[in-house]
Amino acid sequence: MYWEQKKECMARSELQQLQLERLKTTLRRVGATVPFYRNRFSELKLDSGKVKSLDDLRRFPFTTKQDLRDNYPYGLFAIPLREVVRIHSSSGTTGMATVVGYSKNDIANWSNLVARILCGAGVTADDMIQIAFGYGLFTGGFGLHYGAERLGASVIPISAGNTKRQIQIMQDFKTTALVCTPSYALKMADVMMDMGVNPNGLSLRFGLFGAEPWSEAMRSEINERLGIRATDNYGLSEIMGPGVAGECQECNGLHVNEDHFLIEMIDPDTLEPVAPGEVGELVITTLTKEAFPVIRYRTRDLTRLMPEPCPCGRTFVRVHRMMGRSDDMLIIKGVNVFPTQIESILFDIEGTEPHYRLIVERENNEDKLTVMVEVVESIFFDAMKKQRAFMEMIRKRMASELGIGVDVKLVEERTLERFDGKGDRVIDKRKL
Amino acid sequence: MRVEQIAVFLENKSGRLAEITSILADNDINIRALSVADTADFGILRLIVDNVEKAKTILRDGGFTVGKTDVLAVEVVDKTGGLATVLKSLHRACINVEYMYAFVNKTGENAVLIFRFEKMDEAIEVLQKDGFTLISGAQICAL
Repeated sequence: MYWEQKKECMARSELQQLQLERLKTTLRRVGATVPFYRNRFSELKLDSGKVKSLDDLRRFPFTTKQDLRDNYPYGLFAIPLREVVRIHSSSGTTGMATVVGYSKNDIANWSNLVARILCGAGVTADDMIQIAFGYGLFTGGFGLHYGAERLGASVIPISAGNTKRQIQIMQDFKTTALVCTPSYALKMADVMMDMGVNPNGLSLRFGLFGAEPWSEAMRSEINERLGIRATDNYGLSEIMGPGVAGECQECNGLHVNEDHFLIEMIDPDTLEPVAPGEVGELVITTLTKEAFPVIRYRTRDLTRLMPEPCPCGRTFVRVHRMMGRSDDMLIIKGVNVFPTQIESILFDIEGTEPHYRLIVERENNEDKLTVMVEVVESIFFDAMKKQRAFMEMIRKRMASELGIGVDVKLVEERTLERFDGKGDRVIDKRKL
Repeated sequence: MRVEQIAVFLENKSGRLAEITSILADNDINIRALSVADTADFGILRLIVDNVEKAKTILRDGGFTVGKTDVLAVEVVDKTGGLATVLKSLHRACINVEYMYAFVNKTGENAVLIFRFEKMDEAIEVLQKDGFTLISGAQICAL
């Protein structure tokens, strides 16, 4: 089932020609309209007019999340604000958030690409789609919503949370496709059991899951418990949101919408390309974005290319389900959390360099983050009420700055191992 | 009139209390009174000892997080209602007790009540005005 067969199945040579033309246009546009890129290109004496092949892109510098932060909020926009029709923002603290914008054409393209993903997963105009992603600055909710409408399906924009109500509506409205994070799908299965709802009695057939790491074992469990066909889809707000890549019904790797995104796989240490099929960091260049084009964005997501042709007939290359991160970012309940954020909150509270450890677990299909903090004199109280109030204060601050609830556990001084690397401060016990 | 108390942070792990008391014993420090407040995960041990500075130093060297706070020690006759009269007087003056613990002296005639208040100065004033006996750290050690 294709949404745009001509594009999704175009010959590779034709696709590469299209990519090259679009790449040249994009490089020329950002070089002319975005000071950040203009300065970088001129420093490196790069002339976008001299790009003759897709490989020439390798001479251009990477763009990182830090570059996006440094240009907060609108520094990387390539069109005047009056032509921007939508703003989204990635999760993160106020100081660390990144802002992206969309033109009218960007929204149309985005909707179309999400419609492709939905269609590839088996969803049609006859389906009733329940979107249980948060609606708001996060791209998940609105991205899927517009794509589902573009497809012509019926949309239930229920947003995230209130699981019992989700299930009630799923029963009453006869939902046929569910959109949420994979862990939330399993949580729904748990709550259905508590409510005495038999998933086999529901109309549910499809599940489109994304926004957090998961595994083949989780897929099997979701399929079995909800009686559906679960597919994976991938996107990130810095590039567009959902719609960058998604699985077809083969359920074996995600087709990248290559006519709109040019991908590279690099070794995160040497920054050189990895051999085809080797695990590397996914780097994406947008080819059609108007408001927020990005050149060689380092996603920090680790995956590998699956260059073999897919039996579904699509010619767009597949990438394996995301395998991890090349930095220390954690994705907890779909929210991006950096250990450095937690460190700076603790530093602020304690007044000295904090010794802490982060434990990530998945209990009852819900992520749980525990922050273990060594008790130093500045945060030690002789009265239990004060000690507990202090822990509550840390909890509240983390909840408001990180956007997720955490457990705080106090431990004795010098009991947490000392590490040089920040990544070592995280113990991820989630078995996906 | 204030008495110095040390507080030690303890995780709920077996042997930690024994470790602290051994460190104190090895350094000839005598514990006059103690109390433990605890939750499922951790506890706060409070101690009145005969050598506060030394105790603090050696426990710190032993890797413990140690705090020092002022408390008040009230000596009352060890008979029914002794504590009640003190608390009544504090209640009338609207002074909240953060925590308290007590011990009976060697002769068994008097009890010593250790109090921690948020409003320490007001508490001293009220207790003295109502005629209670506040004793010093040195007096506690001499009991």
